[in-house]
Amino acid sequence: MTDAAEAVAVAGAEAYPRIVATLIRLTGDWTLAEDCAQEALVSALERWPRDGMPGNPGGWLVTAARNRAVDVLRRASVERRKLHELALLTDPAPTPGGEGDVVDDRLRLIFTCCHPALALDARVALTLRAVAGVPTADIARAFLVSESTMTRRITRAKARIAAAGVPYRVPTGSALVERLPGVLAVLYLLFTRGYDADGEPAFADEAIRLTRLLDRLMPAEPEVAGLLALLLFQNSRRAARRDYDGNLLTLDEQDRSRWDHAAISEGLAVLDRAGHDGPYALQARIAAAHATAATGADTDWAAIARWYDALARIRPTPVVRLNRAVAYGYARGPAAGLTLLAKAREGGALDGYPPALAAEAELTARIGDPARASTLFRAAAALVDSDSEREALLRRAVSLTATGP
Amino acid sequence: MKFMMFACTDTEPDADPTAAPDIERWVAERDAAGQRLLGERLAPPSAATTVRVRNGELLLTDGPFTETKEVIAGFDILECADLDEAIEVARAHPMAYAGRIELRPFDPIS
Repeated sequence: MTDAAEAVAVAGAEAYPRIVATLIRLTGDWTLAEDCAQEALVSALERWPRDGMPGNPGGWLVTAARNRAVDVLRRASVERRKLHELALLTDPAPTPGGEGDVVDDRLRLIFTCCHPALALDARVALTLRAVAGVPTADIARAFLVSESTMTRRITRAKARIAAAGVPYRVPTGSALVERLPGVLAVLYLLFTRGYDADGEPAFADEAIRLTRLLDRLMPAEPEVAGLLALLLFQNSRRAARRDYDGNLLTLDEQDRSRWDHAAISEGLAVLDRAGHDGPYALQARIAAAHATAATGADTDWAAIARWYDALARIRPTPVVRLNRAVAYGYARGPAAGLTLLAKAREGGALDGYPPALAAEAELTARIGDPARASTLFRAAAALVDSDSEREALLRRAVSLTATGP
Repeated sequence: MKFMMFACTDTEPDADPTAAPDIERWVAERDAAGQRLLGERLAPPSAATTVRVRNGELLLTDGPFTETKEVIAGFDILECADLDEAIEVARAHPMAYAGRIELRPFDPIS
């Protein structure tokens, strides 16, 4: 990447959501807002190498996008009132407290894209497109659909916002309490789409960037801090998750010197503001216990088991109960883990779920039955979709039979 | 913006029948707030008549236009700032518990 291209990318990442959010508020036109933001980036790529870097790259992009919007609207001869608003926008003297308005605009955009009246997939796609500025082609690849299908899906979501009457607003009071978890769920889903073994890695970075933005805009919301800390801890292991041949490694097998220790430090600092009772804060505390253990053997499994107790009380999902069983398997021994695992599986909740089989295999190996453990690892391998996960499970199965009695 | 609020029955109502709010109170509060312009309970679908004209001929059918277990039991016309306000109005209606509610904005072009 050239210096200019990199400068545009850096300034664009910061300015893009502000530009789009403000232009949507003023014009109500999502496509116009995105087009003008994109065109400002393209124009920066042409102008900055020729004319030199502007003193305030973000401000330059905002102004370029606003001017473009005024041009487009003027040519389309829209009603006088909107032109008047845009004329105010291009006023060289910004109104006092303008930064506050801009901050609100970005929050407005996030909450609108994540409105529960939109389908979950549409929320994730729209957030990627409108807030993060990810090209539609990249979103389509991650969702395993064609670009034209994704274009239609995003267009439909934008049309639905207008037609259904979804407001462009950040909810307050009890409505905020009700809506914030939905926004966090979209950001977490976005992260897992990037972090999964065969995911689109850039999405994990986008999710962290957006969560960081949300945390800056809503510093008093402990669950936002909790989610940010959780994402930082999980992402800190990204480079260490595979060996040099690309095979997936378990936490125990990873080279901890390859963890991103700057991200872990940031996560720990953020965790201070996250509280102790929200679902993301609790997951972040579990992740922190792993992230701060010098070796696998140093892991404070007793603490992790306690956090899982708290998490299982507020989120008694089968997966949480499975992970709690694994934690107890280390804190109190494999027999305790197998007992809790059997309880978590009651009613067939985890049938056909490969991590449940892999957990049973691991606990069975530690209890001293490598032959059965190996069979269970193979059964788990047969159920996973991802090639790299399957290979990791099969390697484990082979290692048990090779070192067996 | 104006919303048509359809109050429909549902085969799986809320498990706690005592949780549903009182309809008289809902009507009084929404009327006072200027959010409800008009509303009526409808006669059962057995009283419905479906009307079509095809090739100049009047065709009448005894019953509703579609046979489903869920039926429209009543309607209200709402005046709300946006969908969020309409959702708040709808969630306070007893049929959100005993049945389901569909919110449909008036077509903005008409």
